Amino acid sequence: MTHKGKDVMALIKQNMVQAINAALSQELERDPDVVIIGEDVGRDGGVFRVSEGLLDRFGPKRVIDTPLAELGIVGAAVGMASYGLRPVVEIQFMGFIYAALEQVFSHASRMRSRSRGAFTCPLVIRTPYGIGIKAPELHSESSEALFCHMPGLKVVMPSSPYNAKGLLASAIRDDDPVLFLEPSRLYRAIKADVPDEPYTLPIGKAEIFQEGKDLTIVAWGAMLHKAAEAAEGLDAEIIDLLTLKPYDEETILNSIKKTGRLVIVEEATRIGGLGAEISAFAAEEAIGYLAAPIVRCAGPEAVVPMARLEDEFRPSTERIRKAYERVMAY
Amino acid sequence: MKRAVRHQAQTEIEKAVLVKMYTSMLRIRLFEERIAALYPEQEMQCPVHLCIGQEAIAAGVCMRLEEKDYVFSNHRGHGHCLAKGSAMAPLFAEFYGRKTGCSRGKGGSMHVIDVKNGILGTSAIVGGGIPMGVGAALASRIRGDGRVTVIFFGDGASEEGVFYESFNFAALKRLPVVFVCENNFYATNSPQAARQASCRISSAAAAFDAHGVCIDGNDVTAVYEAAGAAIANARDGGEPSLIEAITYRWKGHVGPNADFENGCRPKDELFDWLDRCPIRTFKARLLECGAMTDEEMSETATIIDKEIDTAVAFAKASPFPGASDLLSDVYAGQNHAMD
Repeated sequence: MTHKGKDVMALIKQNMVQAINAALSQELERDPDVVIIGEDVGRDGGVFRVSEGLLDRFGPKRVIDTPLAELGIVGAAVGMASYGLRPVVEIQFMGFIYAALEQVFSHASRMRSRSRGAFTCPLVIRTPYGIGIKAPELHSESSEALFCHMPGLKVVMPSSPYNAKGLLASAIRDDDPVLFLEPSRLYRAIKADVPDEPYTLPIGKAEIFQEGKDLTIVAWGAMLHKAAEAAEGLDAEIIDLLTLKPYDEETILNSIKKTGRLVIVEEATRIGGLGAEISAFAAEEAIGYLAAPIVRCAGPEAVVPMARLEDEFRPSTERIRKAYERVMAY
Repeated sequence: MKRAVRHQAQTEIEKAVLVKMYTSMLRIRLFEERIAALYPEQEMQCPVHLCIGQEAIAAGVCMRLEEKDYVFSNHRGHGHCLAKGSAMAPLFAEFYGRKTGCSRGKGGSMHVIDVKNGILGTSAIVGGGIPMGVGAALASRIRGDGRVTVIFFGDGASEEGVFYESFNFAALKRLPVVFVCENNFYATNSPQAARQASCRISSAAAAFDAHGVCIDGNDVTAVYEAAGAAIANARDGGEPSLIEAITYRWKGHVGPNADFENGCRPKDELFDWLDRCPIRTFKARLLECGAMTDEEMSETATIIDKEIDTAVAFAKASPFPGASDLLSDVYAGQNHAMD
């Protein structure tokens, strides 16, 4: 198919669930080493129906329903990955991964280092994160910073159906363990053009979501859209981080050099969050370019509450706007 | 040394106990049915995991507990709280996210707590309460307070490693704790046979030289008998045990609807279990042995309905928590600010 004389892929309208399903399906087809494993992923198609139809298509050797045992699932996947398979684990909610942290932190992340490169751990853990389904606490966690802290892990967070599909394909093909955090709020919220064919997007590369010259805004996942909404009318450059670890230092730095101002918008709690890391990086590398203090707009020091208080927890458009104004007025 | 399980025939159970157990089961059933009826209004903005069909286990076990005893429950925990004696109003208020809720409107259905009543907390993490229950039993042993702790969990939780770690520790230390596994055959939508190599969960106890028993969890008198022996053994002899109570949940994993229409499980299977309704079958037995009359039963239902009406009205009239409540109770002392 060509468009304006260039070869382009055929586009279809998909939501994020469909785009991720397509990525899984195409990777299963492309590489016989790829397997899907998790609670309810096969017969049932997953809590959010992300793996729907894959069991029928690829059979129970490639799409594996497991017992209800997160630690065992991730541990088994580490063993499969060391053997040479490329397991894609589904954990039903990000809060449920805490039961499996021992395998993630103590083994998956350091398999390469511990074996001096003899073994890699080409493992992907997919899990929905963040506020999105009106359930408190462990069904709405945004604890990405914990995972970014751990050497050996990569952390990826899409913000659209298009980048979800391309980044998941890359994560599956990556030779290191990747935590793939899917914004449950965006699963079915956006339908957008997605190439029908398989494609990859580079891990470690941010995207300039919107160009601007007065203010740099860094955001990721579902908060990207809130951050953009709050920036209406400002000449702001909005960076969609996409890979949280290793994050794209160069794109952030270039933007700060251009705008001289930085606001980081995150859903997670501020203290020890990824925003703290980016702030420190900006201060170390670009303090001479900054015309105003760096400001973080983040979740409060609290547990994610019931639905009615969600908008108090997650930075609202008004709160984000105030953060922008504070930096602009400095 | 094992104690003999003290069997008790139904005729030996006092009439007052039979009536209390019937009332307890009906209280759970009508409570859960009211949630299902009100849920479509979308005012209860939290997931609800209903235990309709499983009432006999909570009712039979809790009938054997003293007020001071502790219960650890799970995401499907309304029945356990009610059977232990929780008031309805703070529960409904919690589901409606009100400040008067048992978790001050911040936890919802999956995180109910009723400390005064011995419910020390529930969470969404399957198996999360199991080691905590063992810890409470260890504390009881240290303090010598004569308390028994009952841990309710599902068949899915028996697949988590923490179940085995905790059971071993309890058996090793001979702690006053009873593990009650409500086996309803499904972990979310996966059937037990697709998840477990041996579907007899109670046999796990043998690996730790402890007593395990599998009972009909839809027969409240069978539950009452098994729980009586297990709780007495725990309290007097510090002998933990495992009760696997076979049952079935009528609704889907979460929410007010059945799930056979999504192909999650066969309709016939549900219909078979509807025939084994723990309340209807017990009702027939009570009428037959003359423990209760039809009239008394409808009167009981009317009283419970009123209790529910009052609780719902209280919940709906209660205030919502505000932004400042969001920041409270995170730490002792001063709370952090929003920005």
